[in-house]
Amino acid sequence: MTQTAEAIVLGAGIVGTACALELARSGLRVTIVDDGVVGGGATAAGMGHVTVMDDSEPQFALTRYSQQLWHTIRNDAATPLPGEAEWLPCGTIWVAADDDEMAEVHRKHAFYSARAVSTITLDSQQLAQAEPNLRGGLAGGLLVLEDVVIYPPVVAAWMLKQCEMLSAAFVRQRATAFCESGDHAEVTLADGSILSADCVIHATGTWTPLLLPSIPVHPRKGHLLITERYAGFLRHQLVELGYLKSAASAGGDSVAFNAQPRATGQILIGSSRQYGATDSAVEPQMLARMLRRAEEFMPEIGKLQGVRAWTGFRASTPDKLPLIGLAPGYRNVYLATGHEGLGITTATGTAKLIADHILGRTSAIPAAPYQPSRYTPANDNARDGGTA
Amino acid sequence: MNTSVRHIEADVVIVGAGPAGLAAARAATQSRSVLLLDDNPAAGGQIWRGASERALQSLTRRRETGPLASPRIQRMFGVRIFAGDAARRALRAETATGALQIRYRDLVLATGARELFLPVPGWTLPNVMGAGGLQAMVKGGLPIAGKRIVVAGSGPLLLAVADVLRSKGAKVVAIAEQAPARAVNAFAWSLLQHPAKLLQAAALRTMQWGIPYWTDAWPVACIGNQQLERVMVMRKGRRVELECDYLACGFGLVPNTELAQQMGCAMQGDFVKVNDAQLTSQPHVYCAGEVTGIGGVQKSLDEGGVAGSVLGAAPVTALAALQRSRARWRRFEASLNHAFALRPELSTLADDETIVCRCEDVTWGRIRAHSHWLEAKLHTRCGMGPCQGRICGAALGVMRGKTGWQVESIREPVFPVRAETLAALGARREENS
Ligand SMILES: Cc1cc2nc3c(=O)[nH]c(=O)nc-3n(C[C@H](O)[C@H](O)[C@H](O)COP(=O)(O)OP(=O)(O)OC[C@H]3O[C@@H](n4cnc5c(N)ncnc54)[C@H](O)[C@@H]3O)c2cc1C
Ligand SMILES: Cc1cc2nc3c(=O)[nH]c(=O)nc-3n(C[C@H](O)[C@H](O)[C@H](O)COP(=O)(O)OP(=O)(O)OC[C@H]3O[C@@H](n4cnc5c(N)ncnc54)[C@H](O)[C@@H]3O)c2cc1C
Repeated sequence: MTQTAEAIVLGAGIVGTACALELARSGLRVTIVDDGVVGGGATAAGMGHVTVMDDSEPQFALTRYSQQLWHTIRNDAATPLPGEAEWLPCGTIWVAADDDEMAEVHRKHAFYSARAVSTITLDSQQLAQAEPNLRGGLAGGLLVLEDVVIYPPVVAAWMLKQCEMLSAAFVRQRATAFCESGDHAEVTLADGSILSADCVIHATGTWTPLLLPSIPVHPRKGHLLITERYAGFLRHQLVELGYLKSAASAGGDSVAFNAQPRATGQILIGSSRQYGATDSAVEPQMLARMLRRAEEFMPEIGKLQGVRAWTGFRASTPDKLPLIGLAPGYRNVYLATGHEGLGITTATGTAKLIADHILGRTSAIPAAPYQPSRYTPANDNARDGGTA
Repeated sequence: MNTSVRHIEADVVIVGAGPAGLAAARAATQSRSVLLLDDNPAAGGQIWRGASERALQSLTRRRETGPLASPRIQRMFGVRIFAGDAARRALRAETATGALQIRYRDLVLATGARELFLPVPGWTLPNVMGAGGLQAMVKGGLPIAGKRIVVAGSGPLLLAVADVLRSKGAKVVAIAEQAPARAVNAFAWSLLQHPAKLLQAAALRTMQWGIPYWTDAWPVACIGNQQLERVMVMRKGRRVELECDYLACGFGLVPNTELAQQMGCAMQGDFVKVNDAQLTSQPHVYCAGEVTGIGGVQKSLDEGGVAGSVLGAAPVTALAALQRSRARWRRFEASLNHAFALRPELSTLADDETIVCRCEDVTWGRIRAHSHWLEAKLHTRCGMGPCQGRICGAALGVMRGKTGWQVESIREPVFPVRAETLAALGARREENS
């Protein structure tokens, strides 16, 4: 057995690499463990929309904090993001179909204005001007200016590279077991070797229950379709506000209009949510439902050539907030998981909260709502998180 | 939004109207009705593209097969099958204007092959073409009289291509065959035992016309400013520069197995696995032609004939005769593949600046850093464009070795299709009425 590091991060998705980078930048010796492609889990399946959300105050606090941290990363000239990270500052428009949803636009606008988030309310005509391919007759929308789009697998690989430049080690192995003894933690790898460190962080997404069976993380399947290049067809990430209604149908399968311009000129069309599905196959009927919803908002989207469809699994928790902090019953084992449809966005905030706890720093936002210890079956009321 | 969906119920459905598909159609029509589908505007496949109906009739004649022009053979062209469901015995397809849902009793996939390209420095210059591709364009009317053309790559296809180009007035500067002389000679010997008439004739004519046929020779660079001006060829260890207007280049064929794979047919190496009746691992799904092994026209015809005869309940003797003939052509296939096996030097043609993935402009220098296909794809976007790795994936299989460099998952749609088609076809039938 070797004392290899001060912190071991399991999982090299966007969350694991963000945590590792924050810890390495804080001066810790870090080892990252993953046997798969870096950023090849949910991180490679998601839409890469970095977005502020307000289903609850804690969700808002984490997404807003994280969104600002993404801008800090972007603006750090010392370690520039590569062009392949496809940073696209396109903003989000929440599209309101009717007056009910327009009322929600005004509520959101007030909520965000009170919290210094820049948004612009669009009436029907302004919406049509902003996105000419939307159908006519929509009520309006809310433009959230600081939301961006990125290409997550490249960002995860970039973060890992930054870690390695700070002398962190990357071990291409699967972790098969872990334990705590005294003031340190140990991880057993598939090849039988053992790593030891002051602490271990599980950033293993939907795989978390394999090593921690009591952690309430469940896969939630989503479908996406990417098109050929149609530069200018779409200018902002568009999400229907009605998604709040459709996705709230707890337990049932739902689809919502969600369309994203990529830096390549491609359009990424989402999205669906399914519980209980564990097979990664593309389901033609689910894909069709999702695309018909998109056509209801953007009739011309049907004419675009789809080059590939795929699915991904979001790591969902019963209360739709991530699990960030000490694993219940442990002193040196942390969780950074359960980010559902917002893990790309909230990876940066998660990394800060984890590092703050480990290093005894005060966090910029209250960490309590995300503590894994909050979870008891009684709190099990479903609400939805994430946009995609 | 208003994509119309046509529902078709058919008996035997054949995808691909090349030699294998046509032969299957003729044989099956003895006792079944056939729906023959192809994404091209007419029958013929790669080799007989543009051939007349009469020519096709005589070219596809096998033992005791039915007529090609039969009311029991319905043909539909411009139909692109992008997904199949073996359990429900259904195919989904797109046409220029609509969407099709096709139910079958039995299915024959005769989806053929495409050319293998290997990225050479400068290969993205205008006028560097696939050998078969240039041949098809010339047949389609591209004027090449007087043009100087280097034909390079590997396999007997190069001879056929050179023959066509020359017959249209081009000056074939040289044929550069990468295989060593000894292997090519052994193959020529086996040609005598396998009367591949077309090939023999093409070989003979190239000889008669004195077109230089170089063995141990392959292109190492394409040079030019706005377009191709010269090709650098490595010949017996020395570099030779050839001035030319076109390079027609092909290193062999890659089977179009995507639809069969998406439908869950088991593979054997690069090809779809079939039994003696051409049946795949999926019930009611047969495969014939280049998808089961690259072996040329005769093998494709025999395999199509076998599949069609099994489906059409042909007399046992006729079936047995086809199977014997097929066995012979499969031996020919084996000697072909042995003779024209790609040499290891070809995996190092590209330099760091050479583009490997043309859809996404990804260079070899960027791909080289990765240890397998999925990682390269996720981190460089290689293989993410409209061709979905059909071209660069096959090239990387040669450059990096097959292990780890196979396109990792085949999903529907296996070809790009309009979103509205997916929206309309995934719907339940009652929603589409
Ligand atoms: C369809 C869809 C759309 C989405 N859209 C968005 C969006 O627009 N915006 C947004 O913010 N979020 C979005 N998300 C959510 C986002 O993708 C995820 O929340 C995020 O990627 C989670 O990252 P992660 O690092 O926790 O997990 P993952 O990326 O899954 O990484 C987990 C890693 O852990 C490794 N691992 C697991 N077990 C072990 C082990 N025992 N040993 C070693 N390694 C192990 C795995 O190999 C994997 O690499 C979307 C998700 C889906 C499915
Ligand atoms: C570019 C090229 C040029 C060639 N030139 C010569 C030559 O000059 N001389 C020679 O001897 N051999 C040549 N060959 C080899 C020859 O074509 C094959 O040996 C023979 O055609 C194989 O017959 P097949 O029926 O298996 O496939 P093919 O002839 O390839 O026919 C397959 C057909 O299926 C169609 N198809 C495939 N997938 C789908 C789908 N999903 N939906 C609808 N339709 C589909 C294709 O468009 C095609 O028309 C060439 C091959 C290629 C690729």
